[in-house]
Parts: sequence; C-alpha cells; structure tokens
Amino acid sequence: MTPEIGHFALALALALALVQSVLPILGAARGNILWMQSARWSAFGQVIFVSIAFGALMQAFITSDFTVKNVVENSNSLKPMLFKVAGTWGSHEGSLLLWTLILTVFGAAVALFGSNIPQALKARTLSVQAWISVGFLTFMLFTSNPFDRVFPPPGDGFDLNPLLQDVGLAMHPPLLYFGYVGFSIVFSFAVAALIEGRIDAAWARWVRPWTLAAWMSLTAGIALGSWWAYYELGWGGWWFWDPVENVSFMPWLMGTALLHSAIVTEKRDAFKSWTILLAILTFSLSLLGTFVVRSGLLTSVHAFAVDPERGLYILGLLALTIGGSLALFAWRAPAMEPGGMFKPISREAGLLVNNLILATATGIVLFGTLYPLFYEAVTGGEKLSVGPPFFNGAFIPVMLPLVFAMGLGPYLSWKRADLPGVLQRLRFVAVLSVLATLAVWYLTEGGPVLGYLSLMIAFWLFLATVREWTMRIKLFEAPFSESRRRARNLPRSAHGMTLAHSGLAIAMFGFIASTVWKSEEIVFVQPGAEISIGGFDVTFDGLERVRGPNYFADRGQLTVNRDGQFVTTLFPERRTYPVAQSSTTESAIRSTLAGDLYASIANPASEEVSEQGAWTLRILYEPLVNFIWIGSAMLILGGGLSLSDRRLRVGAPRRKASAPTQVAAE
Amino acid sequence: MIMGRLLAFIPLAIAVVFGGFFLWGLNPDRDPNNIPSVLISQPAPQFDLAAIEGLETPGLSRTDLVDNPGPVIVNVFASWCVPCRAEHGVLTQLVENDGQRLFGINYKDKPEDATKWLVELGNPYEKIGSDLNGRAGIEWGISGVPETFIVGADGTVLFRYVGPVVGDEAISKFREALTQAGALPRG
Repeated sequence: MTPEIGHFALALALALALVQSVLPILGAARGNILWMQSARWSAFGQVIFVSIAFGALMQAFITSDFTVKNVVENSNSLKPMLFKVAGTWGSHEGSLLLWTLILTVFGAAVALFGSNIPQALKARTLSVQAWISVGFLTFMLFTSNPFDRVFPPPGDGFDLNPLLQDVGLAMHPPLLYFGYVGFSIVFSFAVAALIEGRIDAAWARWVRPWTLAAWMSLTAGIALGSWWAYYELGWGGWWFWDPVENVSFMPWLMGTALLHSAIVTEKRDAFKSWTILLAILTFSLSLLGTFVVRSGLLTSVHAFAVDPERGLYILGLLALTIGGSLALFAWRAPAMEPGGMFKPISREAGLLVNNLILATATGIVLFGTLYPLFYEAVTGGEKLSVGPPFFNGAFIPVMLPLVFAMGLGPYLSWKRADLPGVLQRLRFVAVLSVLATLAVWYLTEGGPVLGYLSLMIAFWLFLATVREWTMRIKLFEAPFSESRRRARNLPRSAHGMTLAHSGLAIAMFGFIASTVWKSEEIVFVQPGAEISIGGFDVTFDGLERVRGPNYFADRGQLTVNRDGQFVTTLFPERRTYPVAQSSTTESAIRSTLAGDLYASIANPASEEVSEQGAWTLRILYEPLVNFIWIGSAMLILGGGLSLSDRRLRVGAPRRKASAPTQVAAE
Repeated sequence: MIMGRLLAFIPLAIAVVFGGFFLWGLNPDRDPNNIPSVLISQPAPQFDLAAIEGLETPGLSRTDLVDNPGPVIVNVFASWCVPCRAEHGVLTQLVENDGQRLFGINYKDKPEDATKWLVELGNPYEKIGSDLNGRAGIEWGISGVPETFIVGADGTVLFRYVGPVVGDEAISKFREALTQAGALPRG
C-alpha cells in the first residue's frame, strides 16, 4: 500500500507544480497579489508531497519490500541498515526522487525565508522553479517510476553494488545533489530577473546566500567523492578526471566564478549580464551532469543503467531549460545598462580575471570530457579517450595564474587600485614564498619544475592571504586587544574569504605533494617478505580468511616499522560479496598529517605464483594527502562564515524588517 | 549595440551545437562500450590453455581454431560473472538448436567454481581453456567478461561482441553476424 501512496503523492506534487508554474508568474504580470502569494502554499505543498513519496520509498527499502522493483534491484535483506537507507538514493529512480526532493526543498526555502525579496520577483522565481519541478516530476512519473511493482516478488534482492556500500558514499550523492540543485534556485532568480528585465545590487544580495549554500554543498560533495575514491576504490588516487567527476567539477568552477562575479554586481552594480549568464550556465552544467551520468553518452566507472528513452527525455528537458534560458538571455541581456566604471587595475578587474580564468578552465574540462563524443560524431565512429595527461597539461597552467592573482586580489581596492603600493606591501610575501620553495627543494630529492612552481604559488597564496588578514586586524602592529576588537568588527564574509582562500592553498600543498612526491611499490609477496617505502619497512606476515555480514574477505597482515621501531599493523582486505557476485578492495591506511601509508592486496595475478600462496601487494606513500581534505573543509567553513554574515542573513531580518524593505524599494 | 546583441547570442549558439551532438550521441545503435577490436579480420591470437582441472572437457589452443569445416564461436566466461549466467542459455540454444560449435575461455576463474557452475547449468562447450592468470584474455584484448568472438574456418576473427548476448536485440545482432560468417543459413 505504501508504495502506492508514494506514487500518488508524486502525482499530487506534479499537480501543484503545474499550478505554481503558471499562477504566480501571471499574478506578477497582472499585479494580482493573491495569485503571487499562492506560490508560497504550492511550494510548501510540493515539498510535503515529495517528502511523502521519498519516505514511502525509504520505508520500502528499510522493510525490504521485495514487491517493489527498485528495492529488488538495489537492496538485499542481509544488507546493514545504514545501506538499506542509503539504497533509497542508490539507484537511478531513487536518486532522481532525491533530486526532486531537494529541488522542492529549495523552492519552499525561498518561499519561507525570502521575506525581504520583492513580491513580484519572488513569485516569478518560484514559478521558474516550478517549471523545473514539472520537468523532473514528469520525467520520473513517465520514464523512471521508483514505485513500480514486480510480480511475483522474488525471495531476496540483488544487493547494491558493493563499491557503493560505504559510509562516505552513502552521504556523497545527497551533498552533491544539494549543490547541483541548489544552483537551480540561483538559475530561477536569474531567469526571473531576465523576465522582469531588471538586475541591481539588491538582486545580487538576495541571490548570494543561495549561491553560497549551493557552492558549499557542492564543495563538500566533491571532496567527499574524492575522499571515497581515495579510500574505497583502492587505487591510491584522489582525482581521476573521470567523466562523472568532471561533470560535478564543472558546476563547481562555474559556481565559484558566479560567487565572485555576484560580489561585483552587489558592490559596484557592474558585470550584470555576466552574472546572469554565469547563473544560467552553472545550473546548465549541473543538469548536464545529471544527463551525462544517466544517458550512456560517455563511459564511466559509475554510470547508471542506460536507457535511450530516458536519455531522449532528459535531452528534451535540457533543450527546454538551457535553450530557453539562453534564448531569453540573448533577447533581454543586451538591454541591461552597464554599471560602475573601473580602471584596469582594480578589484573589479581582478575579479574579472578570476571569472575569465575560471570560465576558461570550465571550458577546458567540458571540452576534454565531451571530446570523445565529438570526435566519434565527426569521424563517424572512431573512438578515443581523453585522459589525465590532457587535463593536467591544460588545466594546471591555466589555474596557476588564477592562484597567483588570488593572492593579489584582496589587496586591490574598488574602482582604482594602487599596484605599486600593493606590490610594495607584498614584497616580503614574495621573498618568503621563494625561500620556502627553496627550502623544500633542498629537503626533497628532486621533482618536476612545474611541481616547485606550483608549490611556490601555493606558498604565495597562503602567505598573501594570511598577511592581508593580519594587516586588516593590525595583528602585531597594534596592541592585542585592539587587534581583537578589529577582528570582531571585520565582516564575517572577510574572515570567510581568508579562510577559504588559505584553505585552497592548504589543499594545493596536498595536491602537489601527493602527486609529485608519491612513492609506490607493487610486488608479489609471500609471508615474510619485506618492502621499504617512504622511510618505512613493511613486513608481510600472512593472510587469513574472515567473515562479514554479507561478504567474506581475505585479510592480509602487515607490520610497519620505522628505523627499527614498531609503528603500526595494517590489515588490507579483499572482500567478496557472494550475492552481488563482485568483490572490492578495502585498503588499509596509516594516516598522519605528514602523509598516508596505504596498502592494498589483490588476488595473485599468475597461476604459478598463486600456488606458492603469494599475493599482489601494493603499497603507496602519499605525503601531505590529508591536506586536501583539510583544505576542502576550510573552503566549506569559509563559505559558511561568509553565509553567516549579517548582511546576507536569510531568515533573520524579520526583527528589523524596515531595513531590507528599503533596499527592496529602490 | 549590434555587437552586444550578437555577443548575447553566442551562448545559445554553443548550446545548440552541443545539443546536436548529444542528440546524435543518443542514437540507440551507438554503444560507447562497443570498442572496435584490432583483431577483426586478423588471425586469432596465439594462446594455449590447459583444461579446467577436474573437468573432462579438453583445453583450448589456437590450433583448435584453424582448419575447421566452418566458423566457430569463442566465448569468454567466468563463474563469478552474473551476466554470463544469463548468457549461458542463449549459447546453449545456439549449440543445441542451431548446431553451432562453441569454444570457451574460462577467464580468471577457480577450477572448482567453474566446474560447479558448468555442472549446475550444463556444459555446451566443446573445449574450454582455463585462463587462470588472464594471459589469453590479454592476447584477445578483452575488456571484460563476457565477450564472444566468431572465428572463421581459417582462424580469422570475424566478429566480436562485448557484453552478454542477452535480449532480442543482442541475439539478433549476433545471429546476423553468424549468418554473414556463413555459420547460419540465410533467411
């Protein structure tokens, strides 16, 4: 019965979305307040009904209701409870339902917290949001219904892909979707503004918190996905330029550009059409991500089941959303009057450079990701694949100047900056960066020039960012109490920027060190074998068979010593899931701030070797790899600090309702 | 102003071009997993595999694929591969109803598991080579299991199918290839 309730709730949500996609926007055009206000209730209604549907599906997974096809295909009664719950969004249908749920949550959030947004803009935004809802709800109801029954019900389910049975991965899609879908509201704001034909500083201020929230989730989602690839896939890398990774990275790059361009629109009333375009493109790339993963256009390790009918439907949806909004942009954007003027050396120009570089980088990733498809279409069927060499070769040289400019940017003042003065102030930072790089060069045994150059730029970014912050609060220049007072008075968004920018520098240390100075050994081992790596001596003690809830595993034991001193024991596993008929590698990791010692075992590769009881052992030492996650956390926290800035607070201004309405009235 | 208007159209134009490519890419006949084999029209690679331990079926080597009266099918399978289980029935039918000759390469499989699997599902294979270390798989350039090849009477590889031959579309594609090879009568 419950699945039918879920199905029915989806249909009701669709009905509400249909009403919401017409009524409020008509109301805004005719000045009918009642029609405009209807958006509030239909947005709440949508979120309630989609939640009911989501709850119904989750219940089917928790109780292992094998009359529901989706549960049969993606769950198993022996699975641990956490993964039964996560199974709700593990499949194509379920993840689509989650997507829609988040979409409606954002719609309702705007209805609830957007009390400072002018009525007409809010009504139009919510109508646009409802258009997207209609698209996804019909997609789900017509081509991918998660509540399809199966008769006769089988005794047990097929189990979720064991690779996906990991806590990090259970949380990865929701966060990623929060990011993807969060940009939908920014998109709706942009389209509403285009329809209205007016964009001003106030618009940028209303949009900013939503952009920030979406950006933070996306950052968290990507970082978590990368963390998962590193720990779970057992390949000893954190980024593979896989199409599925790329499609989540592109909205992030665009969203980062949007975040910065919106600052210029807010502060200086400039870059208006550019900000709108970025808002449209960011969400378009999020949609593209959803599309590529589900349509079978490109091959990837983690694609969903492929179905051409679904692909065509999504392509239609994409054509309407992206084509429609870009056509609207082409029609309305030229009418927008340019805002404040600025000199070539100014904060605006700095942010323009940021935007151009980020857009170029997005273009590179997009091109590299889709090039196999283009190539095949143009040559009539020849295949090729684009791998890390292209992305590393094209992406890194483009990003390095950006990071250099990041160090400089916050020192520039609006309108017109004094470059010689800024350079004067950054003299010590430059000297220190060079010295630090030379010190690393002296301590390491060598590496590529690009590695040292990147490192120098990362030092530059970190030191320049920290220096800017200490200058603002006059740390060590004024008495400490004075510095503390200044730090308190500094807007939280300024602290957020410092934290996020230095976070990127920290993450860069991780990227660089774990790429350039990583060491790796792959050997056939028999009990008693010894391997030296990264200053550690590792002994392979042997192997035993262990049993888990829905798998069994061969577990190796490795003793790690350093300079004769016992350090730790590692237990890498090779797990076999009999029901899902597949196996996974559970690597064992000794994680410290200085680096990770990472061991995984695999079945013996050859017959003769296997008879002697030998296994393939892979040991990696990745220096500073944890800096990546620490840096990512700083990026997210920085976003959070900025979001909590009083100026942007979404729900709070009720207390002093007069202030925001003044802004709205201008 | 005209410039501005034109510039504003650029994003739309690019999006339309992308859309065109995507539409092309969705063509159901196109399969991104259909990786062309360098082996097509080439002689079958050198390999020599022993029989699966404990099974009566003899092993398989390159010499078994040359100088045959007609084309033969070479199927790469493993007991740990779920799609192979689905494919097994299709292959059995080809042998029993259409009189095809089927050879197997048992890829990275434990002999006892493979034996159990064949006992459970039946053994339509004339000969099976046990490719424990995946060496023959490399020679054949397979990208995963199952894969199925059609080898001509003279030992030339005529056709390669990646993935399970399951479902009407795949089966008719495979039968069409067999017909073209002359292993099945036309019509």
